[in-house]
Parts: sequence; C-alpha cells; structure tokens
Amino acid sequence: MNSLRKFVDKIKPQFEKGGKFEKLQSTFEAFETFLFVPNTVTTKGAHIRDANDMKRTMIMVVLALVPSLLFGMWNIGLQHFHATGQEGGTILELFWIGFKAVFPIIVVSYVTGLAIEFAFAQIRGHEVNEGFLVSGILIPLVLPVDIPLWMVALATAFAVVIGKEVFGGTGMNVFNPALTARAFLFFAYPSYMTGNAVWTHGMSAGEGIIDSYTGATPLAEAAAGNIDNLPSVAEMFFGTIPGSIGETSTLAVLIGAALLLFTGIGSARIMISTFIGGLVMGLLLNIFAVNPFMEIPAWEHLMLGGFAFGAVFMATDPVSAAQTPKGKIIYGFLIGFLAILIRVINPAYPEGVMLAILLMNVFAPLIDHYVVQANMKKRMKRAKVSA
Amino acid sequence: MSKVIKIKKGLDIKLVGTAEKILQKAEQAETYAVKPTDFQGIRPKLLVKTGDRVKAGTPLFFDKFQPEVQFTSPVSGKVIEINRGERRMILEVVVKADPEIEFESFDVPDTKSLTREEIIAVLQQSGLWPAIRQRPYSIIARADDIPKAIFISAFDSAPLAPDMDYIVKEYGDEFQQGIDILSKLTDGKIHLNLNADYPPADTYTKVKGVEFHYFKGPHPAGNVGVQINKIDPINKGEVVWYTYPQEIIMIGRLFNKGIYDASKIIALTGSEVIHPKYYKIISGASIANLVKGNVTEDEPLRYISGNVLTGSKIYSKGYVGYYDNMITVIPEGDYYEMFGWAKPGFNKFSVSRAVLSWLIPGRKFKLDTNLHGAQRAYVMTGEYEKVFPMDIYPVQLIKAIMIEDIDLMEKLGIYEVDEEDFALCEYVCTSKTEVQSIVRKGLDLMRQEMS
Repeated sequence: MNSLRKFVDKIKPQFEKGGKFEKLQSTFEAFETFLFVPNTVTTKGAHIRDANDMKRTMIMVVLALVPSLLFGMWNIGLQHFHATGQEGGTILELFWIGFKAVFPIIVVSYVTGLAIEFAFAQIRGHEVNEGFLVSGILIPLVLPVDIPLWMVALATAFAVVIGKEVFGGTGMNVFNPALTARAFLFFAYPSYMTGNAVWTHGMSAGEGIIDSYTGATPLAEAAAGNIDNLPSVAEMFFGTIPGSIGETSTLAVLIGAALLLFTGIGSARIMISTFIGGLVMGLLLNIFAVNPFMEIPAWEHLMLGGFAFGAVFMATDPVSAAQTPKGKIIYGFLIGFLAILIRVINPAYPEGVMLAILLMNVFAPLIDHYVVQANMKKRMKRAKVSA
Repeated sequence: MSKVIKIKKGLDIKLVGTAEKILQKAEQAETYAVKPTDFQGIRPKLLVKTGDRVKAGTPLFFDKFQPEVQFTSPVSGKVIEINRGERRMILEVVVKADPEIEFESFDVPDTKSLTREEIIAVLQQSGLWPAIRQRPYSIIARADDIPKAIFISAFDSAPLAPDMDYIVKEYGDEFQQGIDILSKLTDGKIHLNLNADYPPADTYTKVKGVEFHYFKGPHPAGNVGVQINKIDPINKGEVVWYTYPQEIIMIGRLFNKGIYDASKIIALTGSEVIHPKYYKIISGASIANLVKGNVTEDEPLRYISGNVLTGSKIYSKGYVGYYDNMITVIPEGDYYEMFGWAKPGFNKFSVSRAVLSWLIPGRKFKLDTNLHGAQRAYVMTGEYEKVFPMDIYPVQLIKAIMIEDIDLMEKLGIYEVDEEDFALCEYVCTSKTEVQSIVRKGLDLMRQEMS
C-alpha cells in the first residue's frame, strides 16, 4: 500500500496545475480517489463527516443489482435450452451460456459510457462523478440478450451525451440515463427490441430452435389475448421466463430492493408508492374489465415485465425523480398507475414501465414545484395572520 | 409539566469523551483573547494598542456598524498582541492577565427602577450586549428593535455537549436576575426551553417570568432555531432575540455587582482528552493549561472551541470562544485510506447502513476530521430531510442561496434558520457539500439586501 501511495504522490504534481499532464487532472482524480479515499480534512463547517460517500453509495446500488444480473445470466442459459429443446444442464452450464452473452454487453456499456464521462469531465474541468457506475450496469440489464454490441455502444453514447451531459452532467439530468438508452433503441431499432424472437439467446439467429418454442414474453402473450399461455405465478415470481436480461426475476429484484431500503439508499417512498399505484390501476382495470388482459389479477401485474425492476431501480434514481418527500409519493404512485395503464390499454407498448417512468421524469420538477409552493403559501399565510 | 414538543427528525452522533460531572477550578490562564470572528457581521474598530493596560470590562474594540456595542476585556492586564489574518482582518486581541483581576465598575442603580434604555446602555458598555443575538441572520441584537419574544435554549443536544443543567445549578439567583433584566427588553414572552428527558435543574424550574417549553428528541432539539420554529416561527419583518443560560447568569451578575465577571463553566471533551471534565474558567481563556498533559500525544489533533458540528477550529494554545461552553479535542484525519470506500467501516459512523458499524449497536465512536470522500455534485435526495426538523425544505433553500435568488430564499424560510441548524445536513451529505458556509452566505446576502 505504501509503495503505491508513494508512486501516486510522485506522479501527482504532473497532473496538477502547471504540470505536464495538467489537462488530465480529472482522470487522475478519478483514479486516485478510486485507489485511496483522500486525506482531505474538514476546513470549515462541521468538523466530522459521515463515513458514507458517493462511491460507497453507488457501489451499494451495483451490489443490489447483482442478484438480478446473476439470475439473468442463468435464465438466459435456461431459456436457450428451452428454445433448442435441450434437457437438463447444470447451473454452471446454463450460467456460462448467459455469461458469454451478457459480459460483452456490460463491457461495451461501461467502456463507452465511462470514456464519454471522462472526456466531458476533462473538458469541463470537473471531477468524474460516480453515477455511471450504476447506469453502466443498468443499461445491459434492461436490454434483450441478443442486441448487437454496436447498438449498445450507440445507445449508451446517446444516453450519456443527450440524456445527461447536455443538461450539465451528473445531478442535472432530467431523464434516467439507463432508460434513455433503452428508449432510444426502442424507437430507433424496434425490430431488435420487440417481437418474440429477441428475448431468447440464439433465437434471432434461428438455428436449432424447436417449433413449439415461441419465445414470447408473458406480456406479449397477454397483449395478444393468449391468457392461457401465461406462465404460472411461481415462474413469474422466480423469473424463469423470457424477457430483458435482468428484469425477469421478481425475487432477485426484491433482494436488491431489500438492500437498497435497508442501507437507506433507495427511497422507500418511491418504491412502495409505485407498487401501490400499479396495484390500484390493476384493480380499476379488473373492475372495468372488457378483455382477458384487463382481467389479469392486479397483483400479478406487479411481477410481469419490468414493473418490479423499474419500480426498484429506475424510478428511485434520485436525480431524475421528485426530490421532496411528498413529491416522491405522488411521483411513485403516478409511475405505477400509468405503467399498468399504458401496458394494458395500449397494446403497441406492452412495456409501459419505461414510458411511465420517463414521462414522470419530466413531471417530477413540476410535482416538486407544487409541493414547495404549498410550503411557501403556508409561510405567507402565517405572516399575514400575525401581521 | 406543560406540553412536550417531540422532535422526530435529527441525529445523535455518539462520540467517545463525554465530560465527567466533576467541576475543577482551572489554573488561571496566562492569556485571554476576544475574537472578533466570534461575532457574525461586525466590523471591529480597535480601541487599544499593544502595551495598553486594561481592566475586566475595558473596551478593546467596537463595531463600526453599531458603535455603541463595545467588546470588552474579560480580565485585567496588558494587551500583548493583536493577531491579524488575511487582509489585516483582526482575529484576536490578546490580553496577558494580572494575577488578581481588577474590574471596571458600572453604575447599576436598583434593578427594579431601571428603564430599558439604561439597561441597554449598561449591557453595551460592559461587553455583555453581544450575548444577546437576534434572528433573522443570527447577528448581535440591535438595540432599537423591540423583539417579538426572547428564546432561551436551556440545554444543548449537540455531540458531547455539556449538561447545562449541571453547569447552572449553583446560580439560581443570578439566573433569575438575568431573566428580570431580559424581561424589560421585550414586550413579548421569554421562552425557556427545557429538555423533557430528565427533571431540569431548580435554577430553571424555579425561575419566574418565563414560559416553559419541553422538548424531546435527538439533536438538533436543543438548537434555539428549531425551538423557535416549533413554538412561534419567525415571519418576514419580525425579530426575535435569543441568548443562553451562562450569558444570562453573567448579565444577572453584572446588574447585581456592577462588574463584568465573565467566569463560566465549560466542558473539556473529546476522544483525545485523557480526563474529560468540567472546568470553571473566565471567558476567552487560553486552553493551553487545560490541555497540557491532558490530551493524547501520538496524533495531530484538532482543537475545537464549541462542538464538532459547529465549533471553530483553534490551536492547542487557542482561546475559548465568547459563546462556547465546551472544548472538543478529536484526531485529525489527514491520512489516505486505500479502497476506503469499499471497506466495511466498522469503526466509522454513518446514518446509512452502507457502513457496517451498525452491526455493533450502542457503541460510541472516535471520529476524526477526514472528509471520507471527495466533493461531488448533488445526487442523493432525502438525506437532509431526515435530520432537519423544521417545516422548511432544506435542499430547495440551499439551492435558492446558491443561485442568490433573494425572493425565493425569503419564501423558503431563510429568516428562520442559522448555519447551526444545517450542521447535521452538512454532516450527512454524501456529496460533501459545505452546507453551513452556503447558509451563512445566504444570510449575509439577505442582510445586505434588506438593510
């Protein structure tokens, strides 16, 4: 440790103002703070500070995503076996198939995103923010497994540049970056993002796929009115169904949610109100049901598609969500409510969660505005009464 | 007991080094100082030069904006140093104390017949006027305002804070006298805010002429700003005054004996103090004698006049601040920690369970001054709200200050707050934002705009 520290201290002056590599200061800062928590002490204000920082916070979110990621990889192998009519397969065999398919996507996502982040930080002369550590893993998890890698790179670049940097970088973005990436692909390359063939590894290539396997996601089946083809509740809960890489297992998502809530990093207000919003809409649809899709029990909706994943990992993104405590409840509720509405009423977009969250991202500042205004009015009124 | 006001949001940071309830008379300090930096918003003009002889109560400097307000020497002796900082700003006026203190005498006729003007004049000459401060802006009160009310926080909830009930227990008469004087300064009430967790000292409960309020809950329940917000919040155009128990005792003594006797009791606390105890000192004393041989030797140490959240950094021979009732000594944190952000952090304290020290509940921490991370853009939300009990949106207010929007700051409640009310926000901030100095900037900006 000491020799590494000595080396860093030795090269540090070259990256500081007036040094040879002055222009790479942000990059140096990023690597230095990755290796060592800095020796900075408090100079003004509170003399002691909380031990938690942005890096730890972001790493916690990444950890919370790990169950979904690992399960997703295994499930890819499983679905591939189903599609090719193979039986059995050990956990490791299945996992390996998924790993080989997913790992390149993760690498592409991180490399593209971080390269752009570093470049922007450098140009603007500010530090590299840790936010992309999370976005970089979220993007692969919401994509179909057979997505071409160049599309991953393109979508990530779009998300980081248009979704984040044009607004001023980390902390300023209006939209959730990972969902921006997904929405970009969804509208730019719909044939790679929708349909029955994209969700199962190897299916779009078409080799060795048995006839009886459709590859349709439960949502697609439901939208098509084939309610009888829906998987069992257990299958939906555990996630042994086709879908985006990390979204299928409600159980894995809930494990992540537990970690986020327990560490206090994810907003319980948003998560819970999103689920409640979805449940309320589901019940309303049940009451006024005119077709089989509307008859699906409200609580089953919460396990279908990316609802749980979106509620836990996407809606809670602190930057693009509402920021006031009351605002968070309204924001979450409307996401859940709209997600199920879009899903059921508009068959062209079975994945209503993504659109609902992006829509509410836009409205989050407005929700906060009204919440804060109410507080201001209360203060004004108090002043008048006493005057 | 009247109604208890419960504070739910907040945080008690449990630190090692609470002072034991043993009162020691400290050896008299060699030097004493009055620090203009203790007083927000004044511009000091010196009245003495090095070599001048002064008595306890002799003015050392005054405020250019309020020339009647004198800042006086707490002891008699010789002015030996005037320490200046950047741009020749006066930092300390140092007096070398005589072995026996001589006092200036102030003319105090019978307390009962004193008029408001006479009281103010005596307070201003004696150097005790600055003990009374006002909100908005947390500056020294202005004599021509008539405050809506006067608030007194009778307990301190900050980390390692001294037990104020213990400190005041011997001074019931002086306290009552001080309250009598204060009651002539306002047409409104005097609110005495007590801790509901234990039976308060007789000094408090037997006092007449005040309205009692009881508070329960974590820090910042003892912050006067929080108490004002819960009892009778400040509206635009209103002024309230506030002061603290030991200052009231000094005021009582002033009108009783006609002298500025600035003796007070402070707690010497912190993980690096070998015997944390209470000491009777005179305000402005150098801490050199208190800490000599009484602190650990190995590490570089941070000496703080005040508590770890809001106190000011001083040196090992520095001086106790005008308003401070405690000295805290903690280790500095100027070390690198390899992959520190990924370590479990059993010995560190955090509000978040992302740091694993919650696994061992109920323990006290030895915290240092390391920032534990680098400054970042605002990302997390909802953190400040968990430790900020006022009916104010803290993040929105801070952002309004950052963009210097006067109108917005006013609507969001800047008149009600002080830096200290945001100290916990600053503590918990994952982005390591300097919240308190932002709030100070906002308060200064408002004051310039409004005057």
